Amino acid sequence: MKPQWFVRRRIGVGVRPITWQGWATSGGAVALIVVALVVLHGHAVANVLVVAIAVAYLGVAYATGGAHRPATQSDLDERLPETFAEQSGRFGSRDGEPAAPRLTVTDIHERLAPAASTGDTLATPTGPLAIDVRHLTKKFGERTAFNDVSFDVRQGEVFGFLGPNGAGKTTMVRTLSTLIQATSGSASVAGIAVCEENGVEIRQRISVMPEVPGLYSRLSVNDNLEFFVGLYALGDAKGRIARALHAVNLSTRSNDLCASLSKGLRQRVSIARALLSDPEIIFLDEPTSGLDPVATREVSELIEGLRSRGVTIFLTTHRLEEAEHLCDRVAILNTTLRIVGRTSDLRQQLFQRSLLVATLRPLDHPEMVFASIVGVDSWKTTAEASYELMTPDPRAAAPEIVRALVHAGADVVSIAESQHSLEDVYLQLVGEDAEVAS
Amino acid sequence: MTKVNMTRVRAVVRKEFREYRRNKFILYSMATLPLIFLIVPLATILNLPTSTPIAGVKGAVGSVLLLMLVIPDVLPATIAAYSVIGERDQGTLEPLLTTPIRRDEFVLGKAIASVLPAIAMSYLVFAVVVLSLRVGATPEVVHVMWQPAWFVAEILFVPLLATWSTWVGTAISARSSDVRISQQLGTLASLPVLALTSLMSFQVIKPTVAVALIIAGFLVVIDVGAWRVVSRMFDRERLITGKKAQVAGSSQASTH
Repeated sequence: MKPQWFVRRRIGVGVRPITWQGWATSGGAVALIVVALVVLHGHAVANVLVVAIAVAYLGVAYATGGAHRPATQSDLDERLPETFAEQSGRFGSRDGEPAAPRLTVTDIHERLAPAASTGDTLATPTGPLAIDVRHLTKKFGERTAFNDVSFDVRQGEVFGFLGPNGAGKTTMVRTLSTLIQATSGSASVAGIAVCEENGVEIRQRISVMPEVPGLYSRLSVNDNLEFFVGLYALGDAKGRIARALHAVNLSTRSNDLCASLSKGLRQRVSIARALLSDPEIIFLDEPTSGLDPVATREVSELIEGLRSRGVTIFLTTHRLEEAEHLCDRVAILNTTLRIVGRTSDLRQQLFQRSLLVATLRPLDHPEMVFASIVGVDSWKTTAEASYELMTPDPRAAAPEIVRALVHAGADVVSIAESQHSLEDVYLQLVGEDAEVAS
Repeated sequence: MTKVNMTRVRAVVRKEFREYRRNKFILYSMATLPLIFLIVPLATILNLPTSTPIAGVKGAVGSVLLLMLVIPDVLPATIAAYSVIGERDQGTLEPLLTTPIRRDEFVLGKAIASVLPAIAMSYLVFAVVVLSLRVGATPEVVHVMWQPAWFVAEILFVPLLATWSTWVGTAISARSSDVRISQQLGTLASLPVLALTSLMSFQVIKPTVAVALIIAGFLVVIDVGAWRVVSRMFDRERLITGKKAQVAGSSQASTH
């Protein structure tokens, strides 16, 4: 259920006032120096000078506002998550291509255009497991982030992980990327059991793009990426950075300070960073959060490009249209796993297939018209002169229905199969949870 | 213990230095503090009257040497206090922790980046002070100051005090959420170890090379212990969520 009101608290900008703890520690430092000098020495001039130094030093600390620059409103806005999906739309299932060899960053840019424009449907990948989660539970004290969750992701698959705020999506990403430990259950990533001892090996094979880009704002784009190449202990830093920036169309901005980049560009740098190590699996946590439609489309195209060459992508998002468009399968989490599967399967699983019929005028005796049609299980009036007829095979039933309506003297305005979007599936499941909770 | 990958450590050090260059607070701290510690001792000793008794000269020289050791004790704590909170404030901690870097590599890189500038500044200030006093101070001052024990003490104590100070600052930074509180606590907590060196500076115990070596050895023990404690504090889950992991049926600990 969408909230009626969305309140974003504005956060004050600037330097925080000195707290009582600050005064206490400052006073303590000065007192300690004074006591030490008085006890150990007694040279009055030196004592006075040392106290003056301590005070001057603390003064410099306060005058410069601490070691960090004050956060700007744009910084703070960027840290706030999107709170609900704003988009919905139609979808199409994807069938077809088998998983291709892994993509290196060199290939990504070349593949972006064709991958984005084909619109071919893809089959659910059937390769070996990239991620395997079994009965995984994570608790923070008394609070359960997610409970008894099981699913798997195949190599080369784009797997959507959906759920409302606080459902445990980000905690799941952190657990699978070995940032935090599960309370119980087991999981493997890239064929390696998820545990702290295997953390380095797993993190060497994956990339994680958190919701907040997390770039060093005082450093240039190039410096940021060079740092991460070093953290992966990889060679050919210049080549990797050049290819990653080329993949996200940022080659000309490599010397720009990250502080000077727009939110969309920072997100692209963050994606470039995720590509540096040619990972087997990429975790994308809300990659299009806060991006404009053009930037969102670019990110989607990049994901398509990665998928087309077999990189496994674990995507958490609030944008249901995006998930529908990009993901081979989706899972909906709301502390427990509510459902997992291809979007077309989920629709069929949750919603009975039906035909929507509209006539020029309301039927006098609809029960007499519809009851006699073979293949129609039931029907209901949805609006004036509009009816929904439940049928397991809409394609076969449609001609019969039209004939029956014409025979009854009705003027048929339209007849179409009802379409349920992923948003319908999502709202159905999450709405059920909300009803149960209330 | 798992082998430390120096490529990752170097990457952290290089990044830290690049950030220092663009961080006004750290630049001011690095410049202002040593400048004050350069001017004050020179002013104190160069203004000593020629009639000052030898006990007074020894006291003044002792206070100068103590000031020389305050630089490596305070400066790294100020820088190190920013090490984890700074990452958290910028939102860079999580991306960093999702890379293969081990926590001992992360801690070591941060420590080296804090210690090296402090050592360089301390030695530079000491050299300038000593040479200035050699040229401009009274013969009594030069006689008291120009002793091997002081030089051995300065050379040994500076890196050891800086290392201690860095561990303290880093430990507080890992647990604190406010950079200024962290810096003040770090500075405060790193000061007590100065009492040890002060015993020698103020000649409570006679300054000799042997005493300097003994105190240095004691500082090495403290530094190694602090390094172990700080490394254990760098738990990824605690850094990200503020809470320690609860794992059913086992308690895990490693250097990853």
